[in-house]
Amino acid sequence: MCHSLNSSSCEDRIKLLPLNSVKIMSAEDLSRTYLRFAHQFLEPHDDPQRLALIGMQTRGVYMGKRIVELIEQEFGLQLDFGVLDVTFYRDDFRTKLKMPEVKVTEIPFDLYERDVILIDDVLYTGRTVRSAMDALMDYGRPSSIKFCCMVDRGHRELPICADYVGTKLPTHVKEEVSVKVKELDDEDAVYIVKNPDEEEQ
Amino acid sequence: MSEELELKDTDHEFAHKHLLGLTDYSKEDIQYVLEQAKYFREILDRPVPKVPTLRDKTIVNLFYEDSTRTKLSFELAQKRMGADVVNFSKGSSSVQKGESLKDTIRNISSMKIDMVVVRHKSPGVPHFLTRCVDAAIINAGDGAHEHPTQALLDMFTMQQVYPNLEGRNIAIIGDIAHSRVVRSNVIGLLKLGANVTLCGPKTMMPAYVHELGAEVSHNLEETLGWCDIAMALRIQLERQENGTELFPSIREYHQLFGITERHLEKYPDFTIMHPGPVNRGVEMDSAVADSDRSIILSQVTNGVAVRMAILYLLSGGSRV
Repeated sequence: MCHSLNSSSCEDRIKLLPLNSVKIMSAEDLSRTYLRFAHQFLEPHDDPQRLALIGMQTRGVYMGKRIVELIEQEFGLQLDFGVLDVTFYRDDFRTKLKMPEVKVTEIPFDLYERDVILIDDVLYTGRTVRSAMDALMDYGRPSSIKFCCMVDRGHRELPICADYVGTKLPTHVKEEVSVKVKELDDEDAVYIVKNPDEEEQ
Repeated sequence: MSEELELKDTDHEFAHKHLLGLTDYSKEDIQYVLEQAKYFREILDRPVPKVPTLRDKTIVNLFYEDSTRTKLSFELAQKRMGADVVNFSKGSSSVQKGESLKDTIRNISSMKIDMVVVRHKSPGVPHFLTRCVDAAIINAGDGAHEHPTQALLDMFTMQQVYPNLEGRNIAIIGDIAHSRVVRSNVIGLLKLGANVTLCGPKTMMPAYVHELGAEVSHNLEETLGWCDIAMALRIQLERQENGTELFPSIREYHQLFGITERHLEKYPDFTIMHPGPVNRGVEMDSAVADSDRSIILSQVTNGVAVRMAILYLLSGGSRV
């Protein structure tokens, strides 16, 4: 994986960000990774139409859309794409003060006998993926579920691992990993923010 | 489909513990509930229409007055969200033995209840309960005072026809005085910027009608010509001793205030709603209730979704 830690292109950007954040992946790195995902997803499939991509709210949705577009451009295939919000299945409600906002879930196709690939930005404790699997089971019985993430930052609390990984990034619990997508954040990049709490003080 | 997706993040702080009435909710609160309810509506169309979100919550439905639709709708919403539900109705309980409301609720609450849905004939009972117990209280109708979840589901259904209710003309027609639906609807609709006219015979207008802030009309023709949405209310015959104290006869009421097929032809634009149950041939012709301009059945479906959203939003950890 390409790690452009001190590339000159990010220096302008970095002024806008907290002082202690470091760019881990640039837009070019990400576009190469998206293309790799597109190839990897199709590789083991005789019948690619069985594949269905599901992006998890919020950044995973944009990642998923990007990959669907790439697959269409490169291979001329139109894959089914859905959007999943796992709020209803989360296990951390009671520890938070406010009920988390519910977002759109839209899976406009039958999951029966499909090979589903779940897409999210960061894999951390594994709890979100657990919720997502519960949610998918309520929609039907897919043949298989695989998981794709841009950054695997370690610190798993559940026995879960990703099938497709953008980059593995050893992190400290106090650090924060932030995947940016240009639709929401005006740029494609991955940042690591050291001790976000200290920065606020 | 992906182009239509909206992924906006509202930062609205929904800071309520109870839902006693729409008086306490701001315009932004109401819009937030209606916005969130859209995503709960989707659960109802899933192959497994059930989520485990409230599985650690126990909810008691305290119905001191008869109700079919509201009670069913609440119960379904609770079960769809995975909550444990206990039902209580006046007829089959110790209320018959003379237990007071306060004692009843204290007893129920000592069984570790998280939320109480209450329907009572006396206005203010939900407010009273908030001082007795720690649980979140949801008003399912207190006399002719407020019935906030009904108003929310009505507004939700209206928004499916007109996404922005600001400046829309809404008419509420019929037995204004006895309806528990009117007050919450008027409060909510005015907060969302709609114009509201209450239309009905003078005998069915409550004394406080002008305090609500809505226009009052006694002319059905004028009202139907003006409105975008006409919501007819049920004539509550059970609240009149002989059935016809407030108007000479049901037939005369229908002639003056019933919506007929002729009205549908004459005024081709308005949409028809009714909180149910419909007295066919009184508030409206049977054919009107079943016409394609009637959205009465969507109201019922949406009721479950809106109540799910309310249960969810009030179940938060922010409770003291």
